[in-house]
Amino acid sequence: MSNPQQLRYSKEHEWLSAAEDGVATVGITEHAANALGDVVFVELPQVGATVTAGETCGELESTKSVSDLYSPVTGEVTEVNEDVVADPSLVNSAPFEGGWLFKVRVAEEPADLLSADEYTEFSAG
Amino acid sequence: MSSTESAAPRHTALDAVHRSLGATMTDFAGWDMPLRYGSERDEHNAVRTKAGLFDLSHMGEITVTGPQAAALLDHALVGNIGAVKTGRARYTMICQADGGILDDLIVYRLAETEYMVVANASNAQVVLDALTERAAGFDAEVRDDRDAYALIAVQGPESPGILASLTDADLDGLKYYAGLPGTVAGVPALIARTGYTGEDGFELFVKPEHAVELWQALTKAGEGAGLVPCGLSCRDTLRLEAGMPLYGHELTAELTPFDAGLGRVVKFDKESDFVGREALAAAAERAADNPPRVLVGLVAEGRRVPRAGYDVVAGGEVIGKVTSGAPSPTLGKPIAMAYVDAAHAAPGTPGVGVDIRGTHEPYEVVALPFYKRQK
Repeated sequence: MSNPQQLRYSKEHEWLSAAEDGVATVGITEHAANALGDVVFVELPQVGATVTAGETCGELESTKSVSDLYSPVTGEVTEVNEDVVADPSLVNSAPFEGGWLFKVRVAEEPADLLSADEYTEFSAG
Repeated sequence: MSSTESAAPRHTALDAVHRSLGATMTDFAGWDMPLRYGSERDEHNAVRTKAGLFDLSHMGEITVTGPQAAALLDHALVGNIGAVKTGRARYTMICQADGGILDDLIVYRLAETEYMVVANASNAQVVLDALTERAAGFDAEVRDDRDAYALIAVQGPESPGILASLTDADLDGLKYYAGLPGTVAGVPALIARTGYTGEDGFELFVKPEHAVELWQALTKAGEGAGLVPCGLSCRDTLRLEAGMPLYGHELTAELTPFDAGLGRVVKFDKESDFVGREALAAAAERAADNPPRVLVGLVAEGRRVPRAGYDVVAGGEVIGKVTSGAPSPTLGKPIAMAYVDAAHAAPGTPGVGVDIRGTHEPYEVVALPFYKRQK
């Protein structure tokens, strides 16, 4: 499995795209999706809500368990992926693409986000 | 805790095969077992519509032999084991003197004076110890055969055809809950028509050194029929849909078979006395007159999944507890088994919900099972 170089990563296994006009896209990594198994339900933050880096902002249900979704940055949610709400299996089939979760207008970014290589090493350990 | 459970996980004879298939492994009752190979939902659906291949070598086999093997098992277990015909199997339980369930079992009568008892992996030591203790005074031997067998299951509507291509055994004559010795793919096996999926299927008990050979032969024979390797994750959703109890969830030492709605496994009319008889007779009366909580099915109206331990609620009051819950691939909705107060146990009882992390989600009470195969 390879983690796209252009993304950055949190230790809670979320990815964050480079911001365009101040808005970045958030999803969970392939490593996280594989660990969860088939995702059957996603609860995402509401558009307009403020999310805080490192805090929970939703949840992901898989066959075996429910997991909290953490935001990798602080900011205001501008859009959620309705396709993934309707078909949560996108998280498994395309975690870095069609399975993205929400977009956020970044107000503040933690200093400890990982590069692709750093995350690859982190998630292997 | 036995030493096998506290030590490093044990590996089945098929461990290398699982790894080569890229399985996600999980610790289960002290064993390193395949949880899933790919998508657990695809594996589940394969068993419902085609066929699935399972490594169940963690299950605990105990052989009971001797002139009084039947008498010992009639004393030690709640079922009428002496009445089981050679070549047939019986679902039964072993209880404490107070009626609490120690484990649920399948007992195969292999010969007039030989039985194989199959216990859950998590309880195998407890069952072995109890049988050994209860054997005192009987002319019978209780043998730990956990390491003597690997267990491979082929489950699903295509399983008879797949197995038939590898054996001369009379599968048509092999009824549900029957077992006969035979040869599969050149390997000696006890072929049993049993399972834990709600589908037709077979369980093959073989020597561990034959496990890889048999697995590969079944994989090849099932290629065209849609057979896929299946992990414990889909085994759990399959048995849940079929309304089958799992020890540690629906069955515990705090519950009698009557509390679990399985009083039919207790046979008071057998000749001998048996461990737990007095307590179980009282439990039967209690269940008939004043049932405590009742095991029911719950089907979600929403999409959030109930998990074991969540409260069942009605009118703001806690009226029960979820014992198993999962998204059901067949129904396309979350389902659960739960013990609820008798007043709320009737199918269709309005106003029942599950407290899912603080939110009361509506659930429909239904009769078990959730799924029954068309025969």
